[in-house]
Amino acid sequence: MLDATPKEIVERKALRINPAKTCQPVGAMYAALGIHNCLPHSHGSQGCCSYHRTVLSRHFKEPAMASTSSFTEGASVFGGGSNIKTAVKNIFSLYNPDIIAVHTTCLSETLGDDLPTYISQMEDAGSIPEGKLVIHTNTPSYVGSHVTGFANMVQGIVNYLSENTGAKNGKINVIPGFVGPADMREIKRLFEAMDIPYIMFPDTSGVLDGPTTGEYKMYPEGGTKIEDLKDTGNSDLTLSLGSYASDLGAKTLEKKCKVPFKTLRTPIGVSATDEFIMALSEATGKEVPASIEEERGQLIDLMIDAQQYLQGKKVALLGDPDEIIALSKFIIELGAIPKYVVTGTPGMKFQKEIDAMLAEAGIEGSKVKVEGDFFDVHQWIKNEGVDLLISNTYGKFIAREENIPFVRFGFPIMDRYGHYYNPKVGYKGAIRLVEEITNVILDKIERECTEEDFEVVR
Amino acid sequence: MSENLKDEILEKYIPKTKKTRSGHIVIKTEETPNPEIVANTRTVPGIITARGCAYAGCKGVVMGPVKDMVHITHGPIGCSFYTWGGRRFKSKPENGTGLNFNEYVFSTDMQESDIVFGGVNKLKDAIHEAYEMFHPAAIGVYATCPVGLIGDDILAVAATASKEIGIPVHAFSCEGYKGVSQSAGHHIANNTVMTDIIGKGNKEQKKYSINVLGEYNIGGDAWEMDRVLEKIGYHVNATLTGDATYEKLQNADKADLNLVQCHRSINYIAEMMETKYGIPWIKCNFIGVDGIVETLRDMAKCFDDPELTKRTEEVIAEEIAAIQDDLDYFKEKLQGKTACLYVGGSRSHTYMNMLKSFGVDSLVAGFEFAHRDDYEGREVIPTIKIDADSKNIPEITVTPDEQKYRVVIPEDKVEELKKAGVPLSSYGGMMKEMHDGTILIDDMNHHDMEVVLEKLKPDMFFAGIKEKFVIQKGGVLSKQLHSYDYNGPYAGFRGVVNFGHELVNGIYTPAWKMITPPWKKASSESKVVVGGEA
Repeated sequence: MLDATPKEIVERKALRINPAKTCQPVGAMYAALGIHNCLPHSHGSQGCCSYHRTVLSRHFKEPAMASTSSFTEGASVFGGGSNIKTAVKNIFSLYNPDIIAVHTTCLSETLGDDLPTYISQMEDAGSIPEGKLVIHTNTPSYVGSHVTGFANMVQGIVNYLSENTGAKNGKINVIPGFVGPADMREIKRLFEAMDIPYIMFPDTSGVLDGPTTGEYKMYPEGGTKIEDLKDTGNSDLTLSLGSYASDLGAKTLEKKCKVPFKTLRTPIGVSATDEFIMALSEATGKEVPASIEEERGQLIDLMIDAQQYLQGKKVALLGDPDEIIALSKFIIELGAIPKYVVTGTPGMKFQKEIDAMLAEAGIEGSKVKVEGDFFDVHQWIKNEGVDLLISNTYGKFIAREENIPFVRFGFPIMDRYGHYYNPKVGYKGAIRLVEEITNVILDKIERECTEEDFEVVR
Repeated sequence: MSENLKDEILEKYIPKTKKTRSGHIVIKTEETPNPEIVANTRTVPGIITARGCAYAGCKGVVMGPVKDMVHITHGPIGCSFYTWGGRRFKSKPENGTGLNFNEYVFSTDMQESDIVFGGVNKLKDAIHEAYEMFHPAAIGVYATCPVGLIGDDILAVAATASKEIGIPVHAFSCEGYKGVSQSAGHHIANNTVMTDIIGKGNKEQKKYSINVLGEYNIGGDAWEMDRVLEKIGYHVNATLTGDATYEKLQNADKADLNLVQCHRSINYIAEMMETKYGIPWIKCNFIGVDGIVETLRDMAKCFDDPELTKRTEEVIAEEIAAIQDDLDYFKEKLQGKTACLYVGGSRSHTYMNMLKSFGVDSLVAGFEFAHRDDYEGREVIPTIKIDADSKNIPEITVTPDEQKYRVVIPEDKVEELKKAGVPLSSYGGMMKEMHDGTILIDDMNHHDMEVVLEKLKPDMFFAGIKEKFVIQKGGVLSKQLHSYDYNGPYAGFRGVVNFGHELVNGIYTPAWKMITPPWKKASSESKVVVGGEA
């Protein structure tokens, strides 16, 4: 397994090996699936669309519907204007979404396709039916990562839809970041438990975690409704959960509709969830209900009960910046050590935040890398091992080769079922994380211990 | 019924799309047993196609499985990420210790500055870094969409780098926008494999040597085929490209027969090897007992060796005896069920035969990226019009190799074999094996599929990951025939057993009967779940 990975580390300046990121458009497609009755549309070669739908379906075990402009060589020379125009006509006649959310690709970006002009030409030509919408965002694959693409689509939603009508709605907007539908459900549940009116956008719950009913629905029940997206401009506040995925949309909304925003960490772990709950309470003056306090207490209870298996453990973490920043803090809260912390997504805030939390905790000797990859982490592990690895599916190769307990976290998780129903955010999500982490550590102990040490109670 | 279905599919299209799509949907009838279908033409934008791109066909399908090469995707990160492991072409280090990069992907991870100023220098550095770190047998460089637009000369970079590092470096101009589907990428890969790789080896030819072309070892298929072939006494000289080493590709000219499993992706090489080296090829089918038996007998006829023929029959008898109970069980459980198939460019046909042996009737079949010859047979190739989208994929011509060309089967013997039904240099296509009233849909899109599901209510629908969950939400079993639903092998005698059990398990899993909650049962009698049963 990964036999070709050498222990000796040589600096690479050009070759990316086993990336810890993918490209913008898949993030944009995911975000667009969080709009109710929306068909995401990929403006480029059709291979992009197929790849993105594939990885989303492999992760969620759900349909991931999207269409493509199907560029051929001709379009790559003359531009994709006629492709998008044909596509939009076909989409509305065949699939009848309320809204088409277009994202670009490296091909259409390199070409310099002008989507706003195409869209206004389609409006003028009457090819967008009455009451239907076409919005777009630019997602050049050679900038940022899938997280950037998510952020850009959120910004596109705000640019096209958010309106300040002057009539306040008394709600709080929440941009959940590139998290799963179960996380979005959990965030909504916390709002509801606090009795706070909210608009979450995008919201893939009910879209990518839908039930089997015997009847296929191309546009499932979930997703943020267009009227609510418009109404985001009338809210009192936007909570941006995770600056990489959510700040761009929040800032744009502030600029466009004067809705102030507050950036919070993705609510993973104790302090990040505390911060989220406190922010809700402070913004509304509402008291935190006993039910939430009980959940928090259960989490702390679990952390104390399981501490002997977690304290001092060295952990390697790879994933998206917002989630890994929060998770690294939680690892510290668990008494463990974030030994290697890597994201593939560019942006130095990651480095600063992780460095700061390590310094605060007095942890030395950790490696933190922005724009790193799985190959980096594997080489580091070969030089100094860890007790736990947390990453998306691709970490399993390192985990097997180096015999490291492994927890799947982030995107994509393509080799396990059901994870999309269980949140990682909130106190409930943290409880789930502690359970998973402790279980894999115990599994290794019990797999390897002598028979006389194989115990009934742990 | 079939005519109605076609009309019902077309009804919703806008006129221009209706006209285009109409030719892609044909009905096989007594009067038109081999209707002409429109295939390998550009997809109508917006219709929700399942198709991929030339890069997917070149790097993902044909070249990716060559395990001791480092395959560097030149482009932004996504394209390499999406070809990282998901296709399930299995491989093992050759002889236990050889190089195997199957668990890795490599990319130049192009950034904005590379797009603006060109990515040539980064590509050069990446090749050197890969060589220094891994010392692979060869390096492949694969262009993604923007590379063609910005004009990076990857062929020149590869040629220079190859001289500098002393190993072959092959560049593939397989930008995603080339052609109309993965098929363009197959062709691009075939060309380079033929001109720059095959024939460069220096191994000795072994007795009873054959190659298996268009077999990618998904789920371990090639290994099961090897087992059967080697048991008979054949030497599998090279598999293109499942679990292949670069050296095996180089020595692929040292065989007496080429078997073609996936006609679509590799027929170019089969044809060119025949011209250049005189190696005959037959269309084979290792999917389903009938196909395997026929293939093994065809092979024996080609070799015309009494010992081999005898051994062939012994192995067939042994292998069938070992699985007969399973075959009977599958038939008992599946007889009378109906299926639809929508796969790449080959499997809809090969699996249809296996389903038939279980008593499963195929109502609709389609290909994602096939050409007319895959539907109608190779005899239509001279009549296929090449349109502008395919014209820019180079057609290469080979001539007999002065040193290496040889006559393996004399001409009169070839004619005799053809008369006896051995598919030498021929593939009859899928259509001829379908029954009257069945429908063929090329580049089937989401809308087409929804109508098919609603109107025909098949018991099972074979497709890919993008379709699977759509189908299953509607209560119909869907098995992925690209990835085999993470199981396999499905080829060979043991593959039949794997496939059959999975199918039976899928159809009879208890959950299908639980879809409607008890409190809704009384009111929803009309909403009968059509797929599985308990």
